[in-house]
Amino acid sequence: MNTDMIVASIVASLPEIIVISGACLLLLVSLIPARGRMVLFAGISLAVVAAAAVATYVLAGPVRPAYGGMFVVDGFAVFFKAVVLMVTALVILISPKYLEEEGIERGEYFVLLLFALAGMMIMASAINLVSIYLGLELMALSVYVLAGFMRHDSRSNEAALKYVILGAVSSAIFLYGVSLIYGLTGTTQLGELAAALNRGGHLDPMLVLTTVFLVTGLVFKVGAVPLHMWVPDVYEGAPTTITTFMSAGPKAAAFAIILRIFPDALTVAADIWVPVVTVIAVLTLALGSFVALVQTNIKRMLAYSSIAHAGFALLGLVAGGHDGIAGVMLYLLIYAFMNLGIFGAVVMMRKGDFSGENIEDYTGLAKSHPGLALLMLIFLFSLAGIPPTAGFFAKFYILAALVAQGFVALAVIAVLLSAVAAYFYLRIVMLMYMKEPARSFDLALTPSLRLALAVTGLGTVGIGLLPAWFLDMARGAVFPGIG
Amino acid sequence: MTEIPILSLIIFLPVIGAAVLPFLRSDDRVRWVALAFAVADFLLATRLLLDFDTATYAMQFRETVSWVPSLGISYALGVDGISVLFVFLTTLLGWICVLASWRSITRRVAQFMISLLVMQALMLGVFCALDLFLFYFFWEAMLIPMYLIIGVWGGDNRVYAAFKFFLYTLVGSVLFLVGILVLYFQGGETFDILALMEGDYSFVVQVWVFLAFLVAFAVKVPMVPVHTWLPDAHVEAPTAGSIILAGVLLKMGAYGFLRFSLPMLPEASAYFALPVLALSVVAIIYGGFLALAQDDLKKLVAYSSISHMGFVTLGLFALNPRGLEGSILQMFNHGISTGALFLFVGLIYERTHTRRISDYGGLMKVAPVYGVLLAVFTLSSLAVPGTNAFVGELLILTGTFSTNMTVGAFAVVGAVLSAAYLLGMFRKVALGPAVHEKGEAMWDMDGRELIAALPLVVFVFWVGFYPQPFLDVMHVSVEHLLDQVHGAYR
Repeated sequence: MNTDMIVASIVASLPEIIVISGACLLLLVSLIPARGRMVLFAGISLAVVAAAAVATYVLAGPVRPAYGGMFVVDGFAVFFKAVVLMVTALVILISPKYLEEEGIERGEYFVLLLFALAGMMIMASAINLVSIYLGLELMALSVYVLAGFMRHDSRSNEAALKYVILGAVSSAIFLYGVSLIYGLTGTTQLGELAAALNRGGHLDPMLVLTTVFLVTGLVFKVGAVPLHMWVPDVYEGAPTTITTFMSAGPKAAAFAIILRIFPDALTVAADIWVPVVTVIAVLTLALGSFVALVQTNIKRMLAYSSIAHAGFALLGLVAGGHDGIAGVMLYLLIYAFMNLGIFGAVVMMRKGDFSGENIEDYTGLAKSHPGLALLMLIFLFSLAGIPPTAGFFAKFYILAALVAQGFVALAVIAVLLSAVAAYFYLRIVMLMYMKEPARSFDLALTPSLRLALAVTGLGTVGIGLLPAWFLDMARGAVFPGIG
Repeated sequence: MTEIPILSLIIFLPVIGAAVLPFLRSDDRVRWVALAFAVADFLLATRLLLDFDTATYAMQFRETVSWVPSLGISYALGVDGISVLFVFLTTLLGWICVLASWRSITRRVAQFMISLLVMQALMLGVFCALDLFLFYFFWEAMLIPMYLIIGVWGGDNRVYAAFKFFLYTLVGSVLFLVGILVLYFQGGETFDILALMEGDYSFVVQVWVFLAFLVAFAVKVPMVPVHTWLPDAHVEAPTAGSIILAGVLLKMGAYGFLRFSLPMLPEASAYFALPVLALSVVAIIYGGFLALAQDDLKKLVAYSSISHMGFVTLGLFALNPRGLEGSILQMFNHGISTGALFLFVGLIYERTHTRRISDYGGLMKVAPVYGVLLAVFTLSSLAVPGTNAFVGELLILTGTFSTNMTVGAFAVVGAVLSAAYLLGMFRKVALGPAVHEKGEAMWDMDGRELIAALPLVVFVFWVGFYPQPFLDVMHVSVEHLLDQVHGAYR
């Protein structure tokens, strides 16, 4: 590797370098006693995220391969980096007050968040199974710790332990799949896999096992059936801000690698993974939708809701093709907005001794806080997929991709299940608007939380009304080689 | 385009009104401003109707703005002789709804009026949309304000009714969405309704899409057996909600048949005509019997709606000019008459706080003006000659008889039934010895209520005696529609 290539590689990975350096810097700064300095830490991390965002923006445009085929900056990577950067920035905005309320004001929180961000950004850019694994683990390890960040709370401990054990198993399974692939083809390079697998004109039976291992490992990360068990427990136990983060960021990043691996590199094995993923997607959507109906804890309910949404997004993968992939991408972007919005509303309920995690706690919110209730109504209807919100367009585009490929029956199943899911979102709207308040609301609303809610609200309505620009962005960002 | 985009103006004027309302301090000011916007919208729609050229079936007042170009979605509006009537009806009922809620809504008035105005905008959007995506966008978005109107300002069992309304309609609509997507890909990747009407779809595709559409439209109409949400929604909804439901919302299902099923899927429509006719007759008779058994005024009117909407679907699937014109006219009439009946039930409920028919008697004596007007609307609803519904039902029945004698014969039974339950209701409520005394709690119609009721009376007799102008508006469009239907399998 000559100097030019090294320089080019460093330039291409500049956003990641900024985030990691920023995280290290923050680690030093956070040695200062933390009490009352949360805003400072949050400010520094926001600045880091902003700098990384600028670097990402500047680097967008030409395709920049780097590190000898381990890493690439292309439209696809930039799209996902934009999503995870936005998610991280919004999570930072909603965090300071919550950390204070929970009594976990430690600078490491932001450091770990930034490391997780770096991991997700690497996942977005990785085009080699090894670098994919690297990003995946950097992200996962940081989130394991964050999930258990409330050390005094047994639920948080349980969440972290469950997450780390199951997560490690799934990573191991994924890694095993990677090793099998390497054994079959002699490469871990995504770009070379397709050709290598097809060599000789016939598929190795071993490929079935390999594909199943890869699917299993990755399905865990997005919380799809049958590896969804951890989602409700971890979502419930983790600090709410981290739940927010997990539901939007790591999930999007995991989808990024799924989209890189399956429709492109493993396209020759499509006969193997498409049926498997189809079944997984339908079961995920069904389980998420039905089980969410009976939840009383809002974090658990949103956990099942996020399972259901993962199922819907997987349908885009089943549809495949240019539109299917763009559909998944757009879905994740829109899901990030609406889900961060609704979780922001959960975060604001947490004040003093009051956990605000029960769905009944929202009873009568519209009476005292009409604006806030309206905002929540928008997020909830968006999650349910009702126009004029963005959630409708997200679902619409995936359905269009399904119908285009002839999966009409699958589209019918998907819409019927999402009609089931509408019920539990509607229930919260009902409690807010149609019941008398049982208690007065004392909300932990800070200017930064308001800002986060405003941004997510604007995104949810804005993309719903004017989807064209976002749609074209997603379509333009699909990597080449997909018909 | 140099002229003013009048359709957009009509659609978005209520939205502007809704945006202004939160900034008003007193409830009274909210009511007046909401009324002002609703009336202004009505005046615009009247202007639209006057400027409407009845000599052509082509869409008029068209507006097209590209919305999502990469998927071929555009913001396309336009009206023909069929939709222009509904635009007019919607805006007419719009301000009547505001008046009907004047005294009955006292909690969260601004939020109520916002829901009402947004609802009106979305309904107008449905009737004006010339892009299938845009149509669905408005169609589905209507669920949100309607859910709130029923669920927040409704009666005791409002939450249940609101959920039932929402979920029934949602399940129907999502299948509609899949049907739309199938048409989109079969019809050359366009959502343009006019282009899709020109498309030539294979019979199998038509059948499946027709069934998907049928579910959505049948829930909205509602047709038996998916009608069960309607009585609940009507009983629990506030007066304005009932008027919107009966007056406009139910028409959307029938409008869907007219705008999509018949012209786009002519072969499937002909194929399924008989089953739909049969379901319509079932709705007419079954709805009539159910209405006969009710002791709740709103439930009675609700079941009578099911019966009357059965006539509408009957006329549509007679697939001949008389049936179709009668059907469209009857949709308009039903909006007027049943809207009026719900208004009158609401008015009397404000006074007595009961809807049980057995709690009433002799209203004619204590409130003569109310009694007379109630008589007018009751008679109009049961289609007495000289009233609007007579013309509609007559056209529908003659249309049906020329297609299918048996079906027509059964439908006539329904007409007799409606005389039985409506006259029975009127006798128990308005005649006989007076139950209530005139006084604090019982007064005759006041000025506001008269203003709300009088335009409806005008239309009852106008359509009853001289329906020609209304038929003229729709005539060319209906001819064209029938050409599209019959052209396909001739």
